[in-house]
Amino acid sequence: MTSTNFDPRILKAPHPVPGAPDNWKRFLSFNTDAKVIGIQYIATSLLFLLVGGLLAMIVRGELITPPADLVDPTVYNGLYTMHGTVMLFLFLFPVLNGLNNLLIPTMIGAPDMAFPRLNAAAFWLVPVFAVLLMGSFFIPGGPAQAGWWSYPPISIQNPLGHFINGEQIWLLAVALSGISSIFGAINFVTTIIRMRAPGMGFFKMPLYCWTAWGAQTIQLIGLPALTGGAIMLLFDLSFGTSFFRPEGGGDPVLYQHFFWFYSHPAVYVMVLPVFGIFSEVFTCYARKPLFGYKFVALASFGIVFLSLIVWVHHMFYTGTPNWMRILFMFTTMTIAVPTGVKVFAWVATLWGGKLRLTTPMLFCLGGLLNFIFAGITGVMLGTVPIDIHVGNTYFVVAHFHYVIFNAIVLGVFAAVYHWFPKFTGHMYYEGLGKLHFVLTFVGCTLNWLPLHWAGLLGMPRRVASYDPEFAIWNVIASIGAFMLGVAAIPFILNMVSSWARGPKSPPNPWGAIGLEWLLPSPPPAENFEDDVPTVINNPYGYGLCQSQVVDEEYYIQRAKEA
Amino acid sequence: MTSSDSSLQLNHTPGQVKHSGHNLTGFVIFLCSESIIFLAFFAGFSLFKLTSPEWLPPGVDGLDIKMPLINTLVLVSSSFVAYVAERYLHKGNLWGFRIVWLITMLMGTYFVYGQYVEWSGLEFGLSSGVFGGTFYLLTGFHGLHVITGIGLMGLMLYHSFRPGNYDKGEMGVTAVSLFWHFVDVIWIILFVLIYVWQRY
Repeated sequence: MTSTNFDPRILKAPHPVPGAPDNWKRFLSFNTDAKVIGIQYIATSLLFLLVGGLLAMIVRGELITPPADLVDPTVYNGLYTMHGTVMLFLFLFPVLNGLNNLLIPTMIGAPDMAFPRLNAAAFWLVPVFAVLLMGSFFIPGGPAQAGWWSYPPISIQNPLGHFINGEQIWLLAVALSGISSIFGAINFVTTIIRMRAPGMGFFKMPLYCWTAWGAQTIQLIGLPALTGGAIMLLFDLSFGTSFFRPEGGGDPVLYQHFFWFYSHPAVYVMVLPVFGIFSEVFTCYARKPLFGYKFVALASFGIVFLSLIVWVHHMFYTGTPNWMRILFMFTTMTIAVPTGVKVFAWVATLWGGKLRLTTPMLFCLGGLLNFIFAGITGVMLGTVPIDIHVGNTYFVVAHFHYVIFNAIVLGVFAAVYHWFPKFTGHMYYEGLGKLHFVLTFVGCTLNWLPLHWAGLLGMPRRVASYDPEFAIWNVIASIGAFMLGVAAIPFILNMVSSWARGPKSPPNPWGAIGLEWLLPSPPPAENFEDDVPTVINNPYGYGLCQSQVVDEEYYIQRAKEA
Repeated sequence: MTSSDSSLQLNHTPGQVKHSGHNLTGFVIFLCSESIIFLAFFAGFSLFKLTSPEWLPPGVDGLDIKMPLINTLVLVSSSFVAYVAERYLHKGNLWGFRIVWLITMLMGTYFVYGQYVEWSGLEFGLSSGVFGGTFYLLTGFHGLHVITGIGLMGLMLYHSFRPGNYDKGEMGVTAVSLFWHFVDVIWIILFVLIYVWQRY
């Protein structure tokens, strides 16, 4: 130690707990290590991807023929409601929080998150509300059936009159999920603001951290509004208030404002980290610096700001005054500008690069392609006349699945493959990964591309039966959905077998730049401990003969020898 | 750790980062986020007040303002008292801090008591239209925050008796004090919306 008044003990977060298990059992315990929590989040959420996928396949099985024959229409309502809820609150938010836990501390050179115990508490709320939601399948009346947006008056009807009902449990689960997300957001934002490595100014920070920061800022601003709306809805449902009951002076449209004030930005909570993943993966496998780093970074907060003032475009057809429609149509169109900045920057990064088509790169290329398509249908939907025509049809369903599955989930898979060697210490099997990509890409295209046509022809969403003229599009879509189910097999096989006995991974298998790649694979409990590299450049200096940190050779050697 | 391994001797000076004192940053972020719930409730209240055709339920002719006004004065001044307590702590006067901090807690408790007296004298309930609903939702949710604040202050008071408690910093007193100011500011907005606005 050269410094005289430096006490290395202050770096130690209050863990690892003495006597805490160091084997697989630590993943089942209340562990405060961000890397353990990250893997806990990702494993739990992938499990619920299977559950949500199974619900989706029952829905698609029902829709393979025009009449409602496979399941009862009431059950069908419960199925799509729970599919949406599970996918958002039990798959996407947790999986992204998992990536945040793994990537943010390692990328900025912090030993752990700012509040390790709060972090663990945020994770352990996930199984609690997961059990609540899953349990609602087994109570009288079944689970919530009002769709994932839970609009009144349908959501406050309670036809069976039980005090404990599916909708009430749904609201409690959403509230718990909100608390968990807020705990997470406070932690991520504080960590990014306060715990960066020496020399890492904001404009030397990896883009994943920029986008995660933006996304968590949206959580902090938007989620409380949804929580407020959910509390009022719960009071209406269970305690006889009339906030959203017109007969008592209430206003059902107010709920829609509360809901979409959060739930539109929630899409950006999910897509922003994926923009970060795109930026990391494209530069690494195209071996080129990121085009327009500063603009791509700042565009993240452009998106954060605009995402908070566009929510009314979900309500164009629910009695919104015309001046409001025009205003929100305009803001909705504007959001294409910062998003376009990012898309053009990625294309310019890829342009003329020598692309290595590894599994993560393939997933990102597929995701980007789908995202551009989804962006175009998004601008269409933001236009008032088109929206009023296709609102509540399968065009909307196809559009948001193109965003959420075809772009976001593909990006999440890319991240899982790209950082798998870093955090498990094993290489995945490239062949299985590529098979997973092909099945996923073909499956998701077959599943949602035809539904745009069905929607334009006027097929309404959320109905178990439909007119036989839409049959062909639905048959193709269902084949695609089952293909996505099959795609889970090579993925699970790959993850389990390569973690168990895959070849050992070197510290930096991809030749990538970034603090996380200067750590051994898997990184030790406290990452760099008290020897954090001093950052001098942003992590996108591919082919520029510049190093990201002072004494880079030393850190590379150290990681190899660990 | 710089190991004694010869291959690692590259004239390397370890980069050092001190990681402490994030608690206040995290707490301020939490308060900003928490204020949005109140903002949502205030927005809902204002919308109902402006658009509802029958605002007051039958048989109710508004709220009495006298008792809540006394309550407001007590809560607002308790914020200044909390600040005085904090000053004592900074000067190292531990007993001064404890006594003034306890006075803040008692003023908070009086506020909750006043709220209870007001609630028990009202002729409308939670289900009396949006007027009753928003009134109890806003005052109740705020009251929960006051009770939480008193609880947190009690915890700080208890911790102050631990020997050497303030060796490493103020140990959460600033955060709790900030929370108390937050609860106070929210009440001022709430008071203006619910009690003052009804006259106009």
